[in-house]
Amino acid sequence: MNATGLRAPNLRDRPRGLLALALRAALVAVLLGAIVGPLAGLVLWSVAERWHWPALLPQQVGLKYWARITQGDLLAALTRGVAIASVTTVAALVTAIPVSYGAARARLPLGPVLLMLFLLPQAFPQLPVFASAAVLFYRWNLAGTYAGVVLIHLVGGLVYAVWTMTAVFRAIGEDIEEAAINLGASVTRTFFRISLPLALPGVVASSILVFIYSLDEFTGTLLVGAPYVTTLPVYMYTASLGYELQIASVTALVLMVPGVLLLVLMERFLRAEYLAFFGRL
Amino acid sequence: MHVRVEDLTKRYGQVTALDGVSQTFPSGALTAVVGPSGCGKTTLLRCLAGFVAPDRGRLWMGDRDVTHTQPQSRDAAMVFQSYALWPHMTVFENLAFALRLRKVSRGDVGRRVREALDLVELDRVPGIEDRRPRQLSGGQQQRVALARAIVVRPQVLLLDEPLSNLDAKIRHRVRVEIRALQRRTGITAIYVTHDQEEAMSIADMVVVMEGGRVAQAGRPEEVYARPKSPFVAEFLGSTNVLAAVMDPDGRILPSAAGSLIFRAEDIQLASPREPAPAGSAWVDGEIVDVLFLGAGYRAYVRVGEEVIMADNRTPMPRGAVRAVIRLEKVFAFGRD
Repeated sequence: MNATGLRAPNLRDRPRGLLALALRAALVAVLLGAIVGPLAGLVLWSVAERWHWPALLPQQVGLKYWARITQGDLLAALTRGVAIASVTTVAALVTAIPVSYGAARARLPLGPVLLMLFLLPQAFPQLPVFASAAVLFYRWNLAGTYAGVVLIHLVGGLVYAVWTMTAVFRAIGEDIEEAAINLGASVTRTFFRISLPLALPGVVASSILVFIYSLDEFTGTLLVGAPYVTTLPVYMYTASLGYELQIASVTALVLMVPGVLLLVLMERFLRAEYLAFFGRL
Repeated sequence: MHVRVEDLTKRYGQVTALDGVSQTFPSGALTAVVGPSGCGKTTLLRCLAGFVAPDRGRLWMGDRDVTHTQPQSRDAAMVFQSYALWPHMTVFENLAFALRLRKVSRGDVGRRVREALDLVELDRVPGIEDRRPRQLSGGQQQRVALARAIVVRPQVLLLDEPLSNLDAKIRHRVRVEIRALQRRTGITAIYVTHDQEEAMSIADMVVVMEGGRVAQAGRPEEVYARPKSPFVAEFLGSTNVLAAVMDPDGRILPSAAGSLIFRAEDIQLASPREPAPAGSAWVDGEIVDVLFLGAGYRAYVRVGEEVIMADNRTPMPRGAVRAVIRLEKVFAFGRD
């Protein structure tokens, strides 16, 4: 093994090396195409002021549709979405922190059952779940309200929050807390001075997940919120229904910005071990 | 302040961790609780700290019955096996945490933190107060854990395998330091370990546990010299166990009726032609191997079906030999 490794590559190896290189290049090209291709299409459509079949490229290019960001409904939908996502995130944290702490410490009776319960809405196709939720919301006068949209976002958002934070709390050793209790700290003080600060990176990561989820959520928002509460995804949907592909493209690109930003942030906060927990329980 | 437990019992499902333990831990002394894993020593310590509620029995600290006292108000500070230092706080904050809880004035907090660091000999490490636990070596973390426990001046110090995460060299040094610290402060210390040598060398009293019960308790020399059961004798480093009995002349005869236990260091190897001296037990065998141990030689002697170890200052030739042990060094137990 060592001896052959030290020799110069012989001629028979060379075609194989070339083949591997070609395969790798092809793979990179396919991946790049898969990622950049749709993006390029979006960018192209967002600047196409006139683009008629069968032209390969738009006949007239300009920033007319991009200018729409600064005015009117697109911006309103964006701020509305951000507001809803913020409230959803806070509500998810307030609910998920105690639940996941209890589940992680096994102090909660039926902890695993509770965890499964939070996962349950994800086990069914979203449309029927949200549609029947919407029916209920109409009955309760929550349809078309901000509260209704926040609630429907919580159904999905809580899954991310509870599961990540259970993993985060489980990663904190129990003796770390016992040391504080042993030295005289109450359970509450121990939680706020020891456990929560240690869980903070995970809490931040979990909030980012919930925030992005809420910002991008479409089905529930459409069924419960429309037409009074429209967020960007719903706005985009309406735009593309009206064959305003340029508006839809601009919206899609705008919608990507917070997502990408927050994911980069999260990558710094969320340690691999927390993510690994998703495969366990 | 002495600590006393009475009839302490704790079960986890089918497993009995503590089976009616009654024991007094003398005031101002360092008591080592020692035993193999699963003997209940850690459960005992966690009962004393208040993290485990016993199913039955009582706990006393001085004259105070603390059986149902919350762990926060027991005045028994614990040093954890993992140290359990708070990673998001500096060394100073780790030590100041409990003092601030007790509403100690700002100036006194600083003074007492430095005092505690001085006691564990960390005061000479520059900038130690501002470092975080993960920036410290294992030995330093151990000392910070110790300092965090004694900074509150507890009546009782509980130590759970405090040296098991250190490598051998540092372990010996920190062991001596813990002993010196305990002497200096006069604190009542209860020290859990699985290492019998550590227990013997550090403690005023050892409590040997087996299967949730106290097998024997007493001064280390006493327990070592007069083990009450084969388990204690073996656990405290008696290397030889023979299924045998002695006849009136001291001759060791193989038998299923009893067991004889003696230490490798107590065996004299002599010629089988010489008569065994009076007041000793003896058995004939054959040296099958000799190992050099540095301080001396260890001979492996085949006796019937079994092999015993005998330590000597000088190397012995292989072949027939007579192993002679003074009678008071042989522990004879009937087979139950």
